[in-house]
Amino acid sequence: MTAARAGSESPLLTAEGLTKHYGARLGCADVSLEIYPGEVLAVVGESGSGKSTLLSLLSTQMRPSSGSIRYRMRDDVMRDLFELGEAERRFLLRTDWGFVHQDARLGLRIGVSAGGNVGERLMAVGWRNYGRIRQEAVDWLARVEIDADRIDDTPATFSGGMRQRLQIAKNMVTSPRLVFMDEPTGGLDVSVQARLLDLLRGLVADYGLAAIIVTHDLAVARLLSHRLMVMRRGRVIETGLTDQVLDDPREPYTQLLVSSDLRG
Amino acid sequence: MNAADNAMIRLDGVAKTFVMHLRGGATLPVLMGVTFEVRAGECAVLDGPSGAGKSSILKMIFGNYRADAGTIMVRDARQWVDIASAPPRRVLHLRRSTIGYVSQFLRTIPRVGALDIVAASARDNGIEPAKAKARAAELLDRLNIPEKLWQLPPSTFSGGEQQRINIARGFAATHPILLLDEPTASLDRRNRAAVINFIRERKLGGAALLGTFHDEDVKQQVCDRCIDVTNFRA
Repeated sequence: MTAARAGSESPLLTAEGLTKHYGARLGCADVSLEIYPGEVLAVVGESGSGKSTLLSLLSTQMRPSSGSIRYRMRDDVMRDLFELGEAERRFLLRTDWGFVHQDARLGLRIGVSAGGNVGERLMAVGWRNYGRIRQEAVDWLARVEIDADRIDDTPATFSGGMRQRLQIAKNMVTSPRLVFMDEPTGGLDVSVQARLLDLLRGLVADYGLAAIIVTHDLAVARLLSHRLMVMRRGRVIETGLTDQVLDDPREPYTQLLVSSDLRG
Repeated sequence: MNAADNAMIRLDGVAKTFVMHLRGGATLPVLMGVTFEVRAGECAVLDGPSGAGKSSILKMIFGNYRADAGTIMVRDARQWVDIASAPPRRVLHLRRSTIGYVSQFLRTIPRVGALDIVAASARDNGIEPAKAKARAAELLDRLNIPEKLWQLPPSTFSGGEQQRINIARGFAATHPILLLDEPTASLDRRNRAAVINFIRERKLGGAALLGTFHDEDVKQQVCDRCIDVTNFRA
């Protein structure tokens, strides 16, 4: 697969010592990572491993108990995410970042038309011309393989796979540099998953996206990611090149995960 | 002649032990003290019985397996890089610019056509799109893949066809280092001959090739130097 672009020698996002406690319970502990422009990192582990907690922290939906996250803003300055003003944080969430949820209903407004869902994100960043917004929505629906004649239908009438593709279009329309994905293929039929994975793979390569994908599906990690992080009980237990970790796993738990994966 | 002048791969004291935690932590020492060089313009062949670790050596050089000890130096333009300790980003970069790998098996990507898969490998290596496509078509043709299959995703192809797509992908790029893991296994005579020619062309082009060949006849035709892997038994 296309690798991270050469020349992008400084990280887009750097996290250090991220720890999150929920009362006495541990969410994740002492997680550090870097992600570079165009690089896809997969975080794998079973439920309760802390991978979703980590994603919530990285995407600033939750504050860590300790640790820091720095992000290279579009002016090339590294900033501490938890010291950003509300307007700057909103800019990230609405423009420079995308977030693809497992449950498309969290990422879409289910009663608003497909075109409206995509257009909304453009309006949030100041687009006003109705014709241009609609044209951009049509273009993006085509890129995620949704027929133009469904633009006025609401996602309530869409299949699971279509909803997921619409969610991706909505995220991509503002040309984000970093996309967070939480089990993007979870709950879909295998054939639908293949189509979605292929679409994601193409988008990541064509647009040079950086992405952090949380998944329990090793096939998803293998197909989409350059690097892999294995989490267990809130901690990162193994990390490295995706194919290296999957083909030559070192930790007992990683070996168990790999040997339990039917599709290899 | 100073061997170091045109060395492209240099292994020194490389060791590999597999620890199988699901079998009570059983350890399987495979390789120890692996030390050799491969030079530009030659095809070196790893020799030894099955299980001796030939494939593991190739995988360690590609960064697909980790080395437990030693250094795996590869030449990237004028710079030497130790694959055994290089960060993942560096290894990914080397795979695009410098090290190619042909394995026996193709991991197919749903919905991407054969020609595009092969051309993508050339493009990743820095060959411009039109040339990459022409190169891909030439290779598929020489490997006797019928043109009517070129636009189809190989997931529907036979095992032998998939293997040939994979070979075409490996040779589409012009990596200065090429690792060949049984590239001719189970090919018929006609396609074996095509692969032998690819190898000769890459040698003439100055690439350093390192491979394993089950087939004695193929080995005879491409091998410049044998490396006996049993010398490195752990």
